Amino acid sequence: MQGAVYSISWRQPGAARVALAGLALVALAMVLAIAALGVGSGGLSLGRMFDIVSGGPPAAPGEQLILGFRLPRVLTGLFVGAALGVSGAVFQSLSRNPLGSPDLVGFTTGAASGALLHIILYGPSVVGAAAGAAIGGLLTAVTVWLLAYRRGGMSARRLVLVGIGVGAMLHAVNGLLLVKGDLDNALLANLWLSGSLNARTWTHAWLAIGAIAVCVPPVCASARRLALLEMGDDLASQLGMPVARVRLTMFFCAVMLASLATGAAGPIAFVALAAPQLARRLQGGAGPSIIGSAAMGACLVIGADLLGQRQLWQLNLPIGKLTGLLGGLYLIWLLPRRGAR
Amino acid sequence: MRDCPPPPPSDVALRARGLTLAHELTIVCQGLDLDIPAGRITVILGPNGCGKSTLLRGLARLLAPQAGHVVLDGKALHRYGARELASRLSLLPQEPQAPDGIRVEELVARARYPHQTFWRPWRAADDDAVRQALAQTGLTALAGRPVHTLSGGQRQRVWLAFALAQNTSVMLLDEPTTYLDIAHQLDVLDLCRRLNRQLGKTLVMVLHDLNQASRYADHIVALRDGKVEACGPPAEVITPERVRRLFGIRCVVMADPVSGTPLVVPVSSAAGD
Repeated sequence: MQGAVYSISWRQPGAARVALAGLALVALAMVLAIAALGVGSGGLSLGRMFDIVSGGPPAAPGEQLILGFRLPRVLTGLFVGAALGVSGAVFQSLSRNPLGSPDLVGFTTGAASGALLHIILYGPSVVGAAAGAAIGGLLTAVTVWLLAYRRGGMSARRLVLVGIGVGAMLHAVNGLLLVKGDLDNALLANLWLSGSLNARTWTHAWLAIGAIAVCVPPVCASARRLALLEMGDDLASQLGMPVARVRLTMFFCAVMLASLATGAAGPIAFVALAAPQLARRLQGGAGPSIIGSAAMGACLVIGADLLGQRQLWQLNLPIGKLTGLLGGLYLIWLLPRRGAR
Repeated sequence: MRDCPPPPPSDVALRARGLTLAHELTIVCQGLDLDIPAGRITVILGPNGCGKSTLLRGLARLLAPQAGHVVLDGKALHRYGARELASRLSLLPQEPQAPDGIRVEELVARARYPHQTFWRPWRAADDDAVRQALAQTGLTALAGRPVHTLSGGQRQRVWLAFALAQNTSVMLLDEPTTYLDIAHQLDVLDLCRRLNRQLGKTLVMVLHDLNQASRYADHIVALRDGKVEACGPPAEVITPERVRRLFGIRCVVMADPVSGTPLVVPVSSAAGD
């Protein structure tokens, strides 16, 4: 379902690489997750984890506490990363542009606005902030869509341009919201804006898992059609594909994934932008890679979290800032190399 | 002003009656009547902006007509299901975009979409269709190459292989030879003729070059301002008077020394005399 899968008599060297690299990425994400569970002074060793899972001596109260803290954090990180990866893959495919990502076109900024409004008005509440984020993201997406729509259809380029404009305005709004609110809530809100996996509870984790469970299957089912859409509306349409319907449903799924991910962990920059591109470089193949992007996104978030926990230079970097740093470096590396496009 | 009688229904692949098409709020074709003969090469000619591309898109059901209807193989166009239509009629638009890094065989394989279902994404028949399409366009040796590494002429052949793999009896081609050098233009046109003569495909092409149209078309439709100005075999349509009315140039028409079809030799661009 990713890209194209061929029958045995037409074995493509490319298909094998796509599948193997995808599996490798999933495996890497698992490895990083296990490492994140075990790292640091309070962590569990691999042996202990295995014992607990396989029915050996049960977890001591101290270990249970660690699991209670770390497991939801790691799960949130995994699924938030996966959601952002898939969302980025879908947007880049829809906009036919490697820079078309939900954080650049304002949707995660809008989700952040929604969450911020809720925090400032009603105080910190996980579910509330998440709901605010989902509504904020969706409203932003609808606004961008309506502004970019012209009679005769949606242009990929207009979508990106309008999104960047709306995103910039919302970014300013977010700053204003911080200034206007009550000081305590404003501090909390500012902290939230950095994006963090600290103090993630099972509510956050379930939110991220739920987003994946609901939005990713329809995206996987339409992966082939997304690939066809990349070739141009007329060509896809004359192949019998319902272009407008596919574009709308994919857009909606991608927005929900990005918004709910932002609701669960705050805005995490650049994962949606970089994960699909990195996955594609590893896997080869010519269509959007959904599983690969999800796995790569999970690896990026958990990897950044591991890096942040090392406390380099005694700095406690929130994950959102760390991915921003890494993502900026990636963009500088990517831009000169895409000359052939 | 039309002066050709409609052929009997069994010989017509596509028939349009009273077709009115709009492009971005402007009416481009108004009350157009058209018959595309089955199993022949039809070339649509006309000055820029006369509605050729819009007409093709209307015939392919990419546009809903403001008025009138189109009939394909005796059945009204709007009655066909999306995949059913896509397996009977294909349209190759101008300047199609190949995704980054895609290989020739991957691109051609995507054309099999109308023949596939969610539960049977790929079958032996699809393999065969792709293999044959590559063989007919002479691309078998290039099957594994990325499309963006090919020359313009080879890339156009890839798109023809794409249209072939879709395996429709009617193929609409919008300016398949524009931007190609003369050798590649002839290459593409010869390929189209082979597809028609050997596989019996009904071809409808938009061309700009009058002499290529004369040489390769069995049937010419001349459009002006969204209406059919003339239609018929090249010998009847390509006359100095018609060319002057369509394009506003003065010319001399003689017999092509190689093919015997009408050869247009422009005299001057003075319009209206």
